[in-house]
Amino acid sequence: MTDQTPVKAAAPGPWSQATVVAVRRETATAKTFRLRLSNPSLHLAGQHYVIRLTAPDGYTASRSYSVASAPDGSPEIEITVERLPDGEVSSFLHDEVVAGDELEVRGPIGGWFVWSGHSPALLIGGGSGVVPLMAMLRLARSTGNSVLVRLVISVRNPADLYYANELPGPETTIIYTRQGDPSDVRQPGHLSVNDLPTVPADATAYICGSSPFADAATDLTIGIGIPTQRIRIERFGPTG
Amino acid sequence: MVGFTRGFSGRGRSGRDPRLPPGQYDAGRSWPVLTAEATPKLDTAAWTFTVEGLVQTPSTWTWEEIRALPGSDYEGDIHCVTTWSKLGMTFRGVSLDVLLDAAVPLPAATHVMAYTHTGYTTNLPLADVTGGQAWVAWEAEGKSLPREHGGPARLLVPHLYFWKSAKWVAGLRLLDHDEPGFWEQNGYHDRGDPWLEQRYQGD
Repeated sequence: MTDQTPVKAAAPGPWSQATVVAVRRETATAKTFRLRLSNPSLHLAGQHYVIRLTAPDGYTASRSYSVASAPDGSPEIEITVERLPDGEVSSFLHDEVVAGDELEVRGPIGGWFVWSGHSPALLIGGGSGVVPLMAMLRLARSTGNSVLVRLVISVRNPADLYYANELPGPETTIIYTRQGDPSDVRQPGHLSVNDLPTVPADATAYICGSSPFADAATDLTIGIGIPTQRIRIERFGPTG
Repeated sequence: MVGFTRGFSGRGRSGRDPRLPPGQYDAGRSWPVLTAEATPKLDTAAWTFTVEGLVQTPSTWTWEEIRALPGSDYEGDIHCVTTWSKLGMTFRGVSLDVLLDAAVPLPAATHVMAYTHTGYTTNLPLADVTGGQAWVAWEAEGKSLPREHGGPARLLVPHLYFWKSAKWVAGLRLLDHDEPGFWEQNGYHDRGDPWLEQRYQGD
C-alpha cells in the first residue's frame, strides 16, 4: 500500500441538498436514484456520497453509497442502492423516495478506491459491488479510454445484473454463479482464475463486493501476477 | 436546508441504546470487515512492535516479548465511521502506557503516527493513546484476533472512530506535530471523536 499515493481528494464539504430527479429500477432489489446537487462538485470515479435522513424529532440515519455515474461535469449524479432486508436507509429510499423529493447529501468522499482514468485497471465486482466500478467503466468509455479497463462482474443470475443494457461490451466479462444464460459456454460457478482477462503488467486491480467475495477475488488477482501493493479493495459490509 | 426528510420517521429509536453516538447504528452480532487492502498473513515469529521517534529509548518487542508484558482488557464499544457500532465487546492486549513508559516520550512529543506491517498509517494525539485509552490488542471476544480483523495484533483506541485502531499494527512514531495518515490524507478527520461526529476534515 505504501508505494501508492492516493489520489488527492479534498475533504467533503458540508451537508447540502439534492433533488431526486429520477428513480429507475435496476433489479428486483436495486434502484438507481438520479440526484441534482445543489452544491455540485466533480467526483472521481469510485467515490461515494453519504445520504442522511432526518426525522421530525431530529433523529438521523446516514449511509454511504457509491456514485455510479461518470464524472462528466454535470450537476447530477446517480447512485444505485440495494434494498437490504433490515436496511433502515435503503428500505426508506426504495419504498418512499420519489422524483421531486429532497435528500441531504455529503460528498464526494474517498481518495483510495478511485481511478484517475489514465492507467490500466482490472475491475472485479461481486453483485452490488459493480456500482463504483460502473463509474470507472463509464468514465473509460466516455473518454475513449476503454482499452485501459477490463471489468469482470460476478452475479448469481442474469436477473441480478445491474445496468444490464449498458454494461456488456468488449471490455466486460459477466460471470454467473448460480444460473447462466442458456447460450453461455461457461457453466455457472464461482469466479475462477480462468475468468480473469489478460491485463498489462502494471495494471491496478479494483475489487468491490462482500468481504468473502473480496478475499476470493484478491487471491485470484494475486494469482495472475498483480502484486498486493496494486490491489485496492472496497468491501461492502452491512450498510443498511 | 430542509428540516427533515419527507416521510422519514426512523425506526426503533425509542429504545435507542445510549451507548450509540450520534449517527451510528448497532451492528448487533455481526462484526463488519472494512479494509482497503489485501489481508496479510503475518507470521508471529517475524512480528515486531516498535516505539520510536521522539523517545528516550527507541524500543522494539518481539511477539514473545510483548505477550510477556502485563496484559489488560478493554470491555466496551467500538464505532466505525461507516456508521456501525458494536456494543459490549471485549479485547485483551497490552496497554500502550506500558510500551510508552518503556520508551519514555520526550517532552516535545505531542502526536503519534501509528504504522502497520502493510504500510497503512494513522495519526493520533499522544493524549489519546495514554492514560489507559489505547492498547495493542491480540484477543477479541476471548479468541485470538482473526487475521481479517488485524491479527495477530492491532491497535485499539476505542474512544475514537475505528479506522484509528490500525490493523496489523507495527509501531508508533512519536512526533512534535500532527500530520495526516492514510485516511486522513483522504479527507477523514485528524482526531475522529465519534461523540462529536468528527468524521471528515473540518467536522
